Amino acid sequence: MTDMVVRKCFGAFGLAVVAITALLVTAPALAVQPDEIISDPALEARARALSKELRCMVCQNQSIDDSDAPLAHDLRVLVRERLQAGDTNQQVIDFLTARYGEFVLLKPPFSLHTALLWLTPIGILVIGACRLAFASRRREPAGPELTVAERARVSQILADKDM
Amino acid sequence: MIAELGHYALVIALMLGVIEACVPIYGARRNDAVIMASAGPVAVAQFAFVAAAFAALTTCYIRSDFSLVNVFENSHSAKPLIYKITGVWGNHEGSMLLWVLILSLFGALVGMFGRNLPARLKATVLSVQSWIAVAFYLFILLTSNPFLRIQDPPIEGRDLNPILQDPGLAIHPPLLYLGYVGLSISFSFAIAALIEARIDAAWARWVRPWTLLAWIFLSLGIAMGSYWAYYTLGWGGWWFWDPVENASFMPWLAATALLHSALVMEKREALKLWTILLAILAFSLSLLGTFLVRSGVLTSVHAFATDPMRGIFILVILVIFIGGGLALFAVRAPMLKQGGLFAPISREGALVFNNLFLLSACGTVLVGTLYPLVLEALMGDKISVGAPFFNATFGPLFVPILIAMPFGPLLAWKRGDLLGVAQRLTAAAAMAAIAVAAALAVKSGGPIMAPFVIGLAVFVMAGALTEIVERIGLLKVPLSTAILRAKGLPRSTWGGTLAHFGVGLALLGITGETQWSVERIAEIKPGESISLQNYEFDLDGTTARQGPNYRELLARFTVRRHGDVIGVMEPAKRSFPSRETVTTETALMTRGLSQLYLALGETKADGSVAVRAYYKPFVLLIWLGPVVMAFGGALSLSDRRLRIGAPKPARGRAVLAPAE
Repeated sequence: MTDMVVRKCFGAFGLAVVAITALLVTAPALAVQPDEIISDPALEARARALSKELRCMVCQNQSIDDSDAPLAHDLRVLVRERLQAGDTNQQVIDFLTARYGEFVLLKPPFSLHTALLWLTPIGILVIGACRLAFASRRREPAGPELTVAERARVSQILADKDM
Repeated sequence: MIAELGHYALVIALMLGVIEACVPIYGARRNDAVIMASAGPVAVAQFAFVAAAFAALTTCYIRSDFSLVNVFENSHSAKPLIYKITGVWGNHEGSMLLWVLILSLFGALVGMFGRNLPARLKATVLSVQSWIAVAFYLFILLTSNPFLRIQDPPIEGRDLNPILQDPGLAIHPPLLYLGYVGLSISFSFAIAALIEARIDAAWARWVRPWTLLAWIFLSLGIAMGSYWAYYTLGWGGWWFWDPVENASFMPWLAATALLHSALVMEKREALKLWTILLAILAFSLSLLGTFLVRSGVLTSVHAFATDPMRGIFILVILVIFIGGGLALFAVRAPMLKQGGLFAPISREGALVFNNLFLLSACGTVLVGTLYPLVLEALMGDKISVGAPFFNATFGPLFVPILIAMPFGPLLAWKRGDLLGVAQRLTAAAAMAAIAVAAALAVKSGGPIMAPFVIGLAVFVMAGALTEIVERIGLLKVPLSTAILRAKGLPRSTWGGTLAHFGVGLALLGITGETQWSVERIAEIKPGESISLQNYEFDLDGTTARQGPNYRELLARFTVRRHGDVIGVMEPAKRSFPSRETVTTETALMTRGLSQLYLALGETKADGSVAVRAYYKPFVLLIWLGPVVMAFGGALSLSDRRLRIGAPKPARGRAVLAPAE
């Protein structure tokens, strides 16, 4: 049965099915295998959290935690080995980045060539807010201010109404 | 022969499209009622011919006519009938045919139900709609023709990708396309308004139901796709920030913004230009999504449109319609007068706030999706932008929307009283605080943020109900009076309330699933069991079974809770010889709003199986939320004020709500 399984990675899937047809020739099996799990629960939890941040490089937009690809398996084992050797999370990430480049990180670090990416959300918000503030200031004078005489007349009308 | 008839019908649809694209708009320019009147019937005829083409292709699939390349590549004679039918759109060519089917359907609907539209507007709208249709008929006929024959027909087909052999394929793509493509109508209305250089509150009133209709289907389609991914993939994920998902999510965000800004325009004649721009943007994002998915640009490795013609063709369509739409907007915008002034703190102000944040969120998804492609193309750098990026950026952008959500509907038009509204929301805030406290107490030691997000969800839900509670005077007047008043409220009020309530529900589900799911991965032999929370799963054994076009290995688990047997779960693995593929059939057991989830992994010679077991609290709310939102939309759509073709509302509603 085992050898039947075509273990290729699985383009994360959900919508627009038809894209899927193209992406996969594949079987979703389990990502993390029972024999990969390390006995220390705290270390295993860190490994799982780290795995979610790391890309399976031969897959379509999939973390090594989700992927069935052999490469993802190797990377999961590698992450666990480093953690067991006493690496911090950052050291593991640095190690993998040195080995595979930034491509392995699903959340690219802020740098010159990702500045635009990271600044977009706040950028749109700020530009939009400025435009709105500008537009509302420009339109503020809805009509001429009431003159003193008009104000007096208004308060007189309001006072009459109260009686 | 049937295939040729289908092919021919599509060509006729193209011809009708060309006529429709030119004639009614010419009539509108000439102010010729007779010429303009052709718009409706031709739109209906166009739909009829596309439907005939679609029916022809479906017939070929049902008959397993492998002399068609498309059928040969995507079908198999042993496939169950339902998958023969759904297989029609389970591939590039067929899905594009579904695309134009829905495009022409919306045109026909406007033709049939747009009786109260001004003739000029209707004629122009239908012409614009046909410009889009013609572009896509040409795309299908020139680059993606599903009716091509094979010289020497093979005996058996290559089968549909087994992962797509699921009831999800019957529902998800049609719903999604109805939403996606339905936005074309909003686009056509916007372009027509720019051509006519006339936009008023009535225009917004005509556009809103169409946008709402598309939005309802888009919401349901996205939710359905998410649920499908959840039960098929075997690791319980339901949203991956995959470019393909983002492609459908961006139009949804834009359409949501459009619905809200059209509200301002209809009620207050403000935000006219903005609404037009949003209508153009929403459909542009649909087109962009089509381009991303269809062109294969996302999958440089297994580019599935091996024919680069397709990508370039869609890109040209994209440039013409988006570029043309925006250019027309730039030219015509100064001619349209803005109206309706309002203070920053007002219902309008709240809706502008909503638009600002929704579009920022949409822009974030857009840039996140395209950035790696563009960076690689321009600089050669390869970076990845995945779920962790989107969670870190999209999440914080959505929080202000959620906080503001209960305030918006309670603020008065023109000039609102924020403090007064805050006081009216005291009860909702109190309920939220109780929810936070309860969640902290029950889940002490869990994720720190989760209880606060639960509180936010409760605030959104209670806040949504506040308006209704106030308006019917619940707890203040006798219950019977309150019920009578509730019945008298306009359906659009109920619709808006339910839609906002659904957002809160979905947020509850998302928080429960992402923060409090419990997982066990284990390898067990028959007779052994795994435990998870209060549940035990005993592996009784495995059996092999033969399906219509697959072999299946089933594992039978008896599920116990605190020792009592509550049922049986049978996850399976299916292997499809036609494609040498194995799929995982997960087993789900619903417990209230939560679910138990079992997926089977590797099986070993000694009979042991690898199993992934989950307990997912509140997970059903993730999809129930959007369903409630869509139901709210449908309720609003059925409001007589918006009902398609309904006359102007009579002012008789107040009679039902007696004075105090």
